Amino acid sequence: MPHDGHHHDHDHGEGSELSPIALRVKALESLLVEKGYVDPKALDVLIDTYETKIGPRNGARVVAKAWTDPAFADWLKRDATAAIASLGYTGRQGEHMVALFNTPETHNMVVCTLCSCYPWPVLGLPPVWYKSMPYRSRAVIEPREVLKDFGVTLPDDREVRVWDSTAEVRYLVIPERPAGTGGWSEEKLAALVTRNAMIGTGLVSLPA
Amino acid sequence: MNGAHDCGGMMGFGPVRAEVNEPVFHAPWEARMFALMSAMGDVGGWTLDEDRAACETMEPGHYITSSYYEHWLNGLELLLQKHGLATAEEIVSARASVPARAVTPTVAEAIWPAVTAPGSYERPIDAAPMFKAGDRVRTRQMNPVHHTRLPRYLRGQVGEIVACHGAHVLPDSNSRGLGEDPRFLYTVRFKASDVWGHAARDVIHADLWEPYLEAC
Amino acid sequence: MNGPHDMGGFTGFGPVLHEEDEPVWHSGWEPRAFALVLAMGMTGSWNIDEARHARERLPAMQYWRSSYYEMRHYALILQLIELGLVTALEEEQGRMGEPPKPVKRVAKAEMIPAILAAGSSYDRPSNRPQGFAIGDKVRARIISPRGHTRLPRYARGKAGEIVAVHGTHVFPDSSAQGQGEDPHWLYTVRFTGAELWGKDTNDAVCIDLWEPYLEALA
Repeated sequence: MPHDGHHHDHDHGEGSELSPIALRVKALESLLVEKGYVDPKALDVLIDTYETKIGPRNGARVVAKAWTDPAFADWLKRDATAAIASLGYTGRQGEHMVALFNTPETHNMVVCTLCSCYPWPVLGLPPVWYKSMPYRSRAVIEPREVLKDFGVTLPDDREVRVWDSTAEVRYLVIPERPAGTGGWSEEKLAALVTRNAMIGTGLVSLPA
Repeated sequence: MNGAHDCGGMMGFGPVRAEVNEPVFHAPWEARMFALMSAMGDVGGWTLDEDRAACETMEPGHYITSSYYEHWLNGLELLLQKHGLATAEEIVSARASVPARAVTPTVAEAIWPAVTAPGSYERPIDAAPMFKAGDRVRTRQMNPVHHTRLPRYLRGQVGEIVACHGAHVLPDSNSRGLGEDPRFLYTVRFKASDVWGHAARDVIHADLWEPYLEAC
Repeated sequence: MNGPHDMGGFTGFGPVLHEEDEPVWHSGWEPRAFALVLAMGMTGSWNIDEARHARERLPAMQYWRSSYYEMRHYALILQLIELGLVTALEEEQGRMGEPPKPVKRVAKAEMIPAILAAGSSYDRPSNRPQGFAIGDKVRARIISPRGHTRLPRYARGKAGEIVAVHGTHVFPDSSAQGQGEDPHWLYTVRFTGAELWGKDTNDAVCIDLWEPYLEALA
């Protein structure tokens, strides 16, 4: 095959030589446009959508609302798809949502061992580590070791519950609300919520 | 370790390609690699199990995309460092810069007798085997982080003892420098239908040590 | 198939390396590759299960050594060539050599927001009776199909408990093989770490599994 796969494809500045994969993607794009299968402007819209419009701030808003609005939290537990849609977050890779509430007894952590399923409408596109072989392979067999890679250590008596996204159901972790945030606004709370906390490889804490 | 070497049952590697009139080595470096590993194995102070364990610790993507003797090369480089025979820097630069640990290399005249000498991994132990031919056993559901010879596809499976080979050096112990810890070794027969869930009438035999097995 | 994608339980891949403030893309070609995969998906030439199966059918060596977007790009090429939308020569040259084949839809830029927002639901009505209820003890079947399946190897033969029922969903094992949507009941099944891995642990793994993957535990 006229290519080789490297783990780290180095980016090249404009005008300089493109890597083999960059050339191959470019060639395929011009071919598919020439054949009329894709609209080049549609490609720009797709990229812009996931680069600037849809990302983990959406999920953070869901979490903050769940922390401040008990009726919403209850709705999220019963029908996460509808509750999340009420905030305007719907669509591709979020058609069947389930919210997983962390408690002092249970810590939830989401993985897709078979590919890279991820709740796009609330978290955007997954980070590289989520799609990496170490995470996909180890999350189910040694979740606590994986958590250590993220600097997270949990008490032994807390159940780590891993969710392997094998179907079209997508999972959003609702982390525990940190102490000392009583009376905070939704906006202020949302700013605390990290992407990793909504995947389950992080906890939410107050800024040091 | 559940590493890339443990590929029993994996699909996607394509057809088995057999080469007509295949040579013993496919490139001169393979022959050198083979000889180096054998010669160093005589004097390096590691066991065959440690050697296997070293080859298995390669990064999995690298492991499955590299050839057999590349696995050996990676294993040897690791073992040389671990046993204080060469530093990483020396391996990269291909120059000795640290005084070598004194070893006595096997001389050329001694190779043939060494290669053809009868060897054995059987060790007498003061115990009776737990199982005999015809016994039903279940393999343990174990996932050690260290070297083991119980493949993943045979864990938690029911099989039948077909032979006992006496007590043999236990790889799980020997590979970690924890001694030979000999245990009874059995050949166990599994039905392919149990292992894979399809209707084939085939059977699979594996040589498994007593600590891998429990009565059922 | 027991392909290179079925990663659960390998332990030799090293630490999870995570990047602070990771950008959405790491190279200029990544967004283009991503958009091509999505836009070609919108032509309706294949369904999500066929697309997943194409990735799994990449040579194992290629799958394990490629970055995520490289892998997606190679799988896209595989599908385009298999369906005759593009020839291997065209792909190599980046130029049209044969007239295009008709596709169901070409998504124009102005259609994209609505398509993305609508998504595509995977639950389908079915007359099949619901075989299991929450709290039921089940065992995942031991199967090793050559085709696509979403029952991971590490769960096969293991006992668990139904913790959620999601209704009847498109069945990937049929859908990926051009055998229709064939909806079946979808459950979340909780397996203990002790059952899966033989470890003394209070951890658990919950897996979404369709009814044909399960049997009642006697």
